[in-house]
Amino acid sequence: MSFDEVITQLQGLLGAQHVLHRPEDLMLYEYDASVDKGTPGAVVFPSTTEEVAALVRLAHRAEVSVVPRGAGTGLSGGSISRDRGIVIVFTRMNRILEVDVANRRAVVQPGVVNLDLSAAVARYGLYFAPDPSSQKACTIGGNVAENSGGPHTLAQGVTVNHVTGIEVVLGTGEIARFGGKCIDTCGYDVTGYFTGSEGTLGIVTEITVKLVRKAEAVATLLAIYNTVDEGANSVVEITAEGITPTALEMLDGLTLRTVEEATHAGYPMDSGAVLLVELEGLREEVEEQAALVRGVCMRNGAREVRRAKDETERALLWKGRKNAFAAIGRLAPSYYTQDGVVPRSKIPQTLRYIAEVSKKYGLTIANIFHAGDGNMHPAILFDLRDPDQLKRTVAAGADILAYCVSLGGSITGEHGVGMEKNALMPLLFNETDLDVMHRLHDAFNPGVLNPQKVFPTPRSCRETGSASLPPELRRRP
Amino acid sequence: MSTTPDMDVATTASQFTTKDRPTWDLYSRCIHCGLCLNQCPTYRVLGREADSPRGRIYQVLLVDEGRLKLADEVVTHIDRCLGCLACQTACPSGVQYGKILERARTEIETNYQRSWLTEKLRRYFYGSVLHRFDKLASVAKLVRFYQRSGMQTLARSSGLLKLMGTQELDALSPRIDDDFFFREIGNVYPAVGERRGRVAFLAGCVASVAFAELNRATIRVLTRNGVEVLVSQGQTCCGALHAHGGYLEKARELARKNIDAMMADGIDAIVTNAAGCGAMMKEYGELLEHDAEYQLKARRFAAQVRDVNEYLAEIGLRAPKKKIAGRVTYQDPCHLAHGQGVRSAPRELLKAAGLELVEMERADDCCGSAGTYNVTQNELSMKILDAKMENVAAVEPEIVATANVGCMLQLRAGLERKKMKARVMHVIEVLDEVY
Repeated sequence: MSFDEVITQLQGLLGAQHVLHRPEDLMLYEYDASVDKGTPGAVVFPSTTEEVAALVRLAHRAEVSVVPRGAGTGLSGGSISRDRGIVIVFTRMNRILEVDVANRRAVVQPGVVNLDLSAAVARYGLYFAPDPSSQKACTIGGNVAENSGGPHTLAQGVTVNHVTGIEVVLGTGEIARFGGKCIDTCGYDVTGYFTGSEGTLGIVTEITVKLVRKAEAVATLLAIYNTVDEGANSVVEITAEGITPTALEMLDGLTLRTVEEATHAGYPMDSGAVLLVELEGLREEVEEQAALVRGVCMRNGAREVRRAKDETERALLWKGRKNAFAAIGRLAPSYYTQDGVVPRSKIPQTLRYIAEVSKKYGLTIANIFHAGDGNMHPAILFDLRDPDQLKRTVAAGADILAYCVSLGGSITGEHGVGMEKNALMPLLFNETDLDVMHRLHDAFNPGVLNPQKVFPTPRSCRETGSASLPPELRRRP
Repeated sequence: MSTTPDMDVATTASQFTTKDRPTWDLYSRCIHCGLCLNQCPTYRVLGREADSPRGRIYQVLLVDEGRLKLADEVVTHIDRCLGCLACQTACPSGVQYGKILERARTEIETNYQRSWLTEKLRRYFYGSVLHRFDKLASVAKLVRFYQRSGMQTLARSSGLLKLMGTQELDALSPRIDDDFFFREIGNVYPAVGERRGRVAFLAGCVASVAFAELNRATIRVLTRNGVEVLVSQGQTCCGALHAHGGYLEKARELARKNIDAMMADGIDAIVTNAAGCGAMMKEYGELLEHDAEYQLKARRFAAQVRDVNEYLAEIGLRAPKKKIAGRVTYQDPCHLAHGQGVRSAPRELLKAAGLELVEMERADDCCGSAGTYNVTQNELSMKILDAKMENVAAVEPEIVATANVGCMLQLRAGLERKKMKARVMHVIEVLDEVY
């Protein structure tokens, strides 16, 4: 089947207005929020599960790949087509199908925006817990694909802890349903297995999620330090003390100054690091823990520990953190962020290592991260117009991730592997491990769904000449 | 694997030619994180990347790089932008989207051929009507004749408008005033009681023929709060419609004229009751940054500009003579909230007047009015309006307050479409009732 025929058939399935195929339209889907690029052959906007199934079957017959896309806010190229396949966009499947307050569940289509769901259930005192920084734009379908986390992952867990049921279209075009509203331990945990599979096993077309009750009391503290080390040591001690914050976030001096300029969140411009600590629960419990946290921070050299007086102040402190990642865009024409994970007790030494890498390659690196999870987010600043800087950036990134793995950590905590880090998978998995995952993959997807993602491909190894990052490390074409 | 279509739409060089072209420094700030998408009214309705802020910036970049031609497709997506600037509020990287848009539109007006009729109409309005108050008065008189002579009634009842597809447009057009504001330009209105301030007031172009009474109310509220008001002689249109439409040079010409006319010794502020005009005048400094003669004056002028809500909240209201009761919801005008960051002042004023303020969801989402947008992009504008009215209806207000005349017209049309009973009022009209 020629690609023109594929287009004609897609138009027949969905209606011509829901199929984009002209080059000027396709270029708008060659990027997401990552550094990767790839122009698709067609972009389609289905409105029902049946349409999704039909177009996957068509793609299967025509041997064209299919890549699902939510809002394109992903950081590892998960929604980018590497081989001019069909990109499925879910902006027409964006309805909240049911809110079940008694059972604290919502049934949603994949295109529902994360924060829109929380807004819709706020009147019942409920919210959807996974809170990636992109939550005002990213979709729940995308959250499921990437198993997204956020600052509150520490206490609430990642997306997989909040998905109780899914409807999926498999690579064969079959429609399958797993789980539901109840706790379901019967058979294999396929729902859990699909969550975080980055669109390589199936395309999620309906999701049942948990809704969480808002806590009675919240305390948000900002600890201010002169050095990064003091902040890092506080993180280790807070968790060692048995305190369970709902969020524990750290920003280094460079980051917090940038964020402050962008959002006026109230971070002191002259400090070396800040720690944002949030506690939730019953009033008495929160008060007691807040006092403990304050004590730990002061003991570790905090200059001051502030507490948000009201919801407005709290929102402002969080606005700074949520916008930090993108605010770094003010510092340099380009930057490259990874999200390697280390055991949290090893955060201080990892930060010192990152500082060494920064010196070694002559590149500025800003640090902002989910300290409670040991989920680092070093942002390497560079100018893509300078090829040498680009080369050094790639090398610096790979060094940092290799170091994380050497400490018993991982190459990604929440951004996904996608096409950005698939070549690094052998750092974590041996041949047998990867082979097991391959066999699981093949059981659901004969190859049409999101190919050349997650697994290391011979192609990307050849291209880079080593187990390193893809060479097309660019923010723009 | 089957083959994909030929991707060769690339031209060889940048399509931009003017001195106001969008530059790399402007759009390289965009790291395409996508945080703007869900805040963009057109993306929310259409769901297409090309109709999102990120997608529009990318198209500008593609045209500049020569990968995309400055042709119908790009122009359509740029035309569809409301210019509401909600994306600027959402953007953590500080991308100056408004600037990129204005510059892209300047390129379009220079290098792209629109249809003959559109071209003529645009040239006529931007080139010789809005800022020439004599011509504006003549055009307004013609429209008034249509509205008053029975022609409008006839056109409406006969189904002629429906037939011509202009029914929506007719409902959106403002009722032309019996008494234009132009005659009052040049007047000075003394403060009532102790003088607490002295301001220059921008009468506005469309406001002078369709909202003259609002201008008078603004002067009454200011003077009754102890402010002397100068309606400076020689002032003209602020140039916002020109700048947003791609006529930056014309906007500069008007800015210079207003600077000459309105900057007087001893004034505390330059005040406007229109959010779009305020946002424009606050940008005069940037607009004239390469004008050696006006550069400094423009910056000083811009620093003095205040929206009337902002100004009144700053000086503090006198105790009102009476209070009005009722349930009010406030629609943020885009160019006040996103353009100028003024959000709390109008809300404070409404509460000071005695009203119960109930916040609707997404109060700072555009209503779809956007200057001439509801005329040029009527269908899309109505979809955006309908989404807005859902949120308005949910809080069951008796008054829908806002602070910009364009939004007022649009919201009135929205209430009519939804068959809702509520009054649409400018914050100033509310205050006018209590002083």
